[in-house]
Amino acid sequence: MADITNQSLNEIIENVKTKKISSRELTKAYIKNIENAKKLNAFVTTTFDQALENAKQFDNKPNFDQLLPGIPLAVKDLFCTENTKTTAGSNILNNFIPSYESTVTKNLWGNGSFLLGKLNCDEFAMGSSNETSHYGNVINPVGDQLVPGGSSGGSSSALAADLTPATIGTDTGGSIRQPASFTGTVGLKPTYGLCSRWGIVAFASSLDQAGPMTKTIKDCAIMLESMSGFDEKDSTSINKKKEQYSKNLKDNIKGLKIGIPKEYRVDNMPKEIDELWEKGKNILKDLGAQLIDISLPHTKYALPTYYIVAPAEASSNLARYDGVRYGYRSKQGKDLIEMYEKTRSEGFGDEVKRRILIGTYVLSSGYYDAYYLKAQKVRQLIKKDFDDSFKKIDAILTPSTPSSAFKIGEKTNDPVSMYLNDIFTVPVNLAGLPALSLPAGVDKKGYPLGLQLIGKALDEQKILNIGYAFEKNCGFKNEIKKWWS
Amino acid sequence: MSKEKFDYFIKGEKGKYEVVIGLEVHAQVSSKSKLFSGSSTKFGADPNNQVSLIDSAFPGMLPVINEECVKQAVRTGLGLNAKINNYSVFDRKNYFYADLPQGYQISQYKNPIVGEGKVLLDMPYGSKEIGIERLHLEQDAGKSIHDMDPSNTYVDLNRSGIALMEIVSKPDLRSPDEVNAYIKKLRSIMRYLGTCDGNMQEGSLRADVNVSVRKEGDKNFGTRCEIKNVNSIKFMQMAIEYEATRQVELIENGKEIDQETRLFDTKKNETRSMRSKEDAHDYRYFPDPDLLPLKLEQKLIDDLKISLPELPDKKKERFIKEYGLNAYEANILVSEKEISDYYEEVAKLSDKKLAATWMMGDLFAMLNDKGLDISKSPISAKNFAELVQSIKTGEISGRIAKEVFEIMVESGDNPKKIIESKGMKQQSDPKELEKMINEILSKNKDKVDQYKAGKEKLFGFFVGQVMKLSGGKANPQLTNEILKKLLKG
Repeated sequence: MADITNQSLNEIIENVKTKKISSRELTKAYIKNIENAKKLNAFVTTTFDQALENAKQFDNKPNFDQLLPGIPLAVKDLFCTENTKTTAGSNILNNFIPSYESTVTKNLWGNGSFLLGKLNCDEFAMGSSNETSHYGNVINPVGDQLVPGGSSGGSSSALAADLTPATIGTDTGGSIRQPASFTGTVGLKPTYGLCSRWGIVAFASSLDQAGPMTKTIKDCAIMLESMSGFDEKDSTSINKKKEQYSKNLKDNIKGLKIGIPKEYRVDNMPKEIDELWEKGKNILKDLGAQLIDISLPHTKYALPTYYIVAPAEASSNLARYDGVRYGYRSKQGKDLIEMYEKTRSEGFGDEVKRRILIGTYVLSSGYYDAYYLKAQKVRQLIKKDFDDSFKKIDAILTPSTPSSAFKIGEKTNDPVSMYLNDIFTVPVNLAGLPALSLPAGVDKKGYPLGLQLIGKALDEQKILNIGYAFEKNCGFKNEIKKWWS
Repeated sequence: MSKEKFDYFIKGEKGKYEVVIGLEVHAQVSSKSKLFSGSSTKFGADPNNQVSLIDSAFPGMLPVINEECVKQAVRTGLGLNAKINNYSVFDRKNYFYADLPQGYQISQYKNPIVGEGKVLLDMPYGSKEIGIERLHLEQDAGKSIHDMDPSNTYVDLNRSGIALMEIVSKPDLRSPDEVNAYIKKLRSIMRYLGTCDGNMQEGSLRADVNVSVRKEGDKNFGTRCEIKNVNSIKFMQMAIEYEATRQVELIENGKEIDQETRLFDTKKNETRSMRSKEDAHDYRYFPDPDLLPLKLEQKLIDDLKISLPELPDKKKERFIKEYGLNAYEANILVSEKEISDYYEEVAKLSDKKLAATWMMGDLFAMLNDKGLDISKSPISAKNFAELVQSIKTGEISGRIAKEVFEIMVESGDNPKKIIESKGMKQQSDPKELEKMINEILSKNKDKVDQYKAGKEKLFGFFVGQVMKLSGGKANPQLTNEILKKLLKG
């Protein structure tokens, strides 16, 4: 058959179910693509032999009732995978092979899929361009010199380049949605607690959330259904009944009230972002939704709040990487303290060190009240803004990012301008809400742009439905030429 | 019992100094598994054999609270007459050490699970109330072993993550004796509750000791020093004594006391500076984002309260009322749950007062001598009760009872059987005794005459002769009565 890898996950599943393609043929097709796409540097580790073995097992004893029958999947290298190296994009874990499987990936495998490889990402998921990875930049298939976004940059690149039929990332401040936006793909950050954090290398515990990255909304629903669920091993996991997002997907959004927050029209926002937003509003209006102007007055504090809370938690979460029990250990050092210092100096990259320093600072005695405690209070206000708005609306529409993909190296020397990339995505993490980034258009350079749909807590189905209707009427098509192979 | 006066002061050249002591006791929670993981807490396993991925802080591992540990903390709080907080928070205390895998200890900082309470001490100068500031739950660290290899340190994580209760007292203690009484009382309460085994050798109970001194009568506290991690009452007392004296000497020499953390060197019997206030760690406490705040339903607290066992203070009151014991006796017999259980079993079957006397005398002396807990006593409570009853009914004399007791310790036999088989029964037949006494009197006519002439001291001589003749089995009371009667005649 024709190249199957440019199809959607849902189409591929149909082809497997109707036996038009075997799991092994499918896996081989992806392996071929991956081998031809080394230039993109999307993978840290590949597990081809194991994948082919898994595919063979599936073909020998297929179970087509599963959500992901015989589907090979590459995942972000932040998910611990049993017996497969897990680096979190860091030198400090360059030799770390977990003896356990993260709950989320375990759920995926339990639904019939298997591992194809581990995808590059910013070191410990800290970055917006995948330039902080110890394993090198990832290239955006949209253009030779473009970043794929971050931190789930290997995931977005691999997905857009047909190196995996779907993937998963993690989103602490936009790390799923921003790379999705930069690559013309769909990315969902679920409600905090919907997907277990057990076995995911932690960045900022109160913000981290795993989510699907896919080519279509339907694929997104399938993946979310496969990966989510209560986990008693994660104390912040939400105990609720599992939902059938893909089966319940509807494209009728007539009468839904869509909030348009005025605070998301920021200074110096490129005109084309504004135009994209207008286009989105019009599509939803045409579909029978009602647009309502809303105000989220504390939005402007979200970014500074985020850059206090996230580094604070990270500074503590990353303390365990000390060279004592696993991972990289410096060969230098006369005593314990020196061993720590050298191990962590050599093991961590600059961005991680920057955030550990910021986090350590804001938690220090004498500064705690002024920074961390205040940030937590502001966080409550940001959450309250959303709660208040959601009393009168069903979802919120905003741009996903303030720009399209930028050039490699363009922002590496200016951390603040890099952080500004997260301006539309971080409020959602602070409030623990679900948000979807949808491909919605291109800028004048032809680079993809995304719009963001924010929902109430646990209202994933509704934003998926809105996205589904939007997708059908938007007319966006990701035109990626395979220039790298 | 006469009340003594409190008199513990450090005497300096320029006056008497009062010693002010506060304790932070770390008590290991009795639980099958650790505070946030399923690993076993059993003492004595091979190194690193009770360590989960959570205890060793592997990437992506998350803590899940062990409900039993929470209940144990609540029970302990209730036993300390303390306020149980329906809302408490777990915080991270951040510092680097090789035996602290996470790089932080999960503890409770601003919102502990238990608030203010009190403990009552019985001192020779009356009862004294010691305030409890708080009780919180926290993880224990692992153990660094420095002496196994000349160039490497080994780490054992078996203890890493075990639940501890830190019980912080108010600075209400004033002497090493009070510290002794306080620790013993805490230990007793927790052992009654089954919330901590109180085993100091195995490290289940350790304390940081805060010591300051002030001139007698001063209202303000002096600068305090904290002596870290002392693991026996004796060492605590020695450390306090040394530290208080050191501080008094500094003051008298016009020097300042630095607020600092000190270590107690048990070999040299002195405290040494570990780190000054300036070098104090900045632990960067913040709420652990991996754990939700701990919310306790009032019903859970109420249910735990109802199911609490009778505690030493209550039991003491009851022993005084029910068994007619004095405060001193009751105090000793309730000090350990096992002792009080033993006593109650004995008291049910025998004379309550006599049982107390014999338990506190011969039984305790024997246990102490053999270094045994009462649970390991070679004499069962039932046999002990029979022995007491034999004394009470006059079947055997106190002197014979001591012999029977010795045989019971050796053989574990029933006292009746011993008395029977060895013919130790007391001679209580008045006719037999009269016969025996008449025989003695007729053999000692000269002494009888002397007695009758007023040398009453000879009475003892006659008693001795009766005992000698009866092989110690003559009933002393009857002997006295009959002797008196016959000597009169």
